[in-house]
Amino acid sequence: MSSVIDEVPRPSEKSGFGFFESSATRSLIGGLSVAVAWSIVAALTAFWPDKPESDWVYTGGFAIACGALALALALAAFAGVRFVAFQRLQRVAPWLFALGLFLAAWEAVTAKLGLLPLPFFPPPQAIVEVVIDDWGRLAEGIFASARLLATGYFLGAALGFVTGVAIGWSRLAGYWIHPVLRFIGPLPATAWLPLAFFVFPSSFSASIFLIALATGFPVTVLTWSGVACVKSAYYDIARTLGATQRFLVLKVAIPAAMPHVFVGLFMGLGNSFAVLVVAEMLGVKAGLGWYLQWAQGWAAYANMYAALLLMAFLCSGLITLLFRFRDRLLSWQKGLVRW
Amino acid sequence: MVAAMAGDHSVRGSTLTLREVSHRFNFEGQPLPVLDRISLQVGRGEFVAILGPSGCGKSTLLRLVAGLDTPTAGALLTEGREIEAPDPSRVVVFQDPTLYPWRTVWSNVALGLEARGLLRTHRERIEDALRLVGLTGFANAYPHQLSGGMAQRAALARALVNDPTLLILDEPLGQLDSLTRIAMQTELVSLWQRSSFTALLVTHDVEEALLLAGRVIVLSDRPARIKAEVVNSQPYPRHRGNPHFVKLRREVFEHLGLEDAW
Ligand SMILES: Nc1ncnc2c1ncn2[C@@H]1O[C@H](COP(=O)(O)OP(=O)(O)OP(=O)(O)O)[C@@H](O)[C@H]1O
Ligand SMILES: [Mg+2]
Repeated sequence: MSSVIDEVPRPSEKSGFGFFESSATRSLIGGLSVAVAWSIVAALTAFWPDKPESDWVYTGGFAIACGALALALALAAFAGVRFVAFQRLQRVAPWLFALGLFLAAWEAVTAKLGLLPLPFFPPPQAIVEVVIDDWGRLAEGIFASARLLATGYFLGAALGFVTGVAIGWSRLAGYWIHPVLRFIGPLPATAWLPLAFFVFPSSFSASIFLIALATGFPVTVLTWSGVACVKSAYYDIARTLGATQRFLVLKVAIPAAMPHVFVGLFMGLGNSFAVLVVAEMLGVKAGLGWYLQWAQGWAAYANMYAALLLMAFLCSGLITLLFRFRDRLLSWQKGLVRW
Repeated sequence: MVAAMAGDHSVRGSTLTLREVSHRFNFEGQPLPVLDRISLQVGRGEFVAILGPSGCGKSTLLRLVAGLDTPTAGALLTEGREIEAPDPSRVVVFQDPTLYPWRTVWSNVALGLEARGLLRTHRERIEDALRLVGLTGFANAYPHQLSGGMAQRAALARALVNDPTLLILDEPLGQLDSLTRIAMQTELVSLWQRSSFTALLVTHDVEEALLLAGRVIVLSDRPARIKAEVVNSQPYPRHRGNPHFVKLRREVFEHLGLEDAW
């Protein structure tokens, strides 16, 4: 009985348009509202002349892009009447609608009315302009940042994991490593920056060290606490069944500690972003952090916003990726937090 | 199933000897005596049940037999050799099923074989054990998807797969409903008869003790001493209504100080 009730879709709770009856109708009306919102952005950009003496090259292009998106959204809304797959768009419809309104307002107060001071607050088409005209350097920046981050993060995570298991498992390792960890661990990795840049042969290797340090500390501590928290009953079971030390570490302690390890990996990833940007700004002279710094120096605020947006997408994408990985690996856990 | 593993029909259970075993814990700085000079002799292939009030030290005793802890005083021997560490020939079914939540039922049951590197050669035992406890359809389930009773049956399967010579059972059927419980009791007896391991069973249930065991040891309150020993030589299957059974049951209740209770 209850399963039958559960199977009835109740998208009204999920979408913001909860007041319509059938889900197809609701999907259509929701989709068309979104299309209308984006048409407004397009029309406003195209037909309301930019403030005199400003020369936004891509005003027309931006308007056409918004119009095309509006058209696509309208088509998707009609498709939703026939094809259930398109109704999934309904979930993001309220957000797309709000985003349209936000863009319209932004466009109005910058390019059209000039209420916000330039160059600090460029209109949306200025950011489009940066992405189109400067994509080469942005891509280069992304590539440089990703290379640095990936190297540092994987190194730090791997070393942190191994160290954490060692401290959690071996009394001797705990005796020697624990005090060092307690003393040095809480120091922000960026405090090592001046030292690292003259000790290491290149600013690249120095930055890898810093990122690895920033990642390694939380991963170590949480892996260690995960291993220390393993219920002694788990070991008892395995020991009575003839497990060796190796089996206890690899097949009992580590899997049982994985939920903790992932908390450490998330914290480490957050830390590594922070260190990456600082290292790029101060030493590496490449990557998105460096691009930000450069844009600010030349008062190229549109470039800065573009780089910030890209960075937000990338960081958020990496966190999402890590969540996916965890969900896959820890599917046995109940009540995982969804990202 | 286990008989097939054993390969022969001779009695293959191991002997167990407890010599003046005493055990103490430290509890809030004070010594807490739990076992007081327990002496017991369990023969090859015997089925012995241990009854006693809650908290008297039954689980502690079983941990000593398993080799997970060493006694404060006295000695435990199996086959004449002192028990110093856990050994896969002495398998424990703990009071709490404690399945590994990151493993499916199947790989939980496979644990012992995997730990000893026998998984490749003895894989079919896992299916057999799961069938025996009625969990065939749940081989791929994770522990959080099981009921309490199912988890306990999975824990039983995890022990049986290892073909022990001494099976140590700490209230293994405690969380089962009465029907499943009766079925599992019958199953345990026939399993024991077929594969003739030595069994040591802790239970709260007087009837269960008398249905399964040839000898019932009654322990006192903490610190546990052996208070009485009731021998039940009735043939299997035993019936609760049998007059001799009723008489033995009354006797055990009297030893537990509950003569008016039943
Ligand atoms: N690790 C420990 N440290 C201190 N005291 C302990 C420890 N383990 C058990 N005890 C104490 O030993 C006593 C006996 O515990 P045990 O678990 O053996 O009882 P039990 O007879 O199995 O009880 P139940 O029938 O309720 O399972 C209890 O009073 C308990 O508080
Ligand atoms: Mg107990």
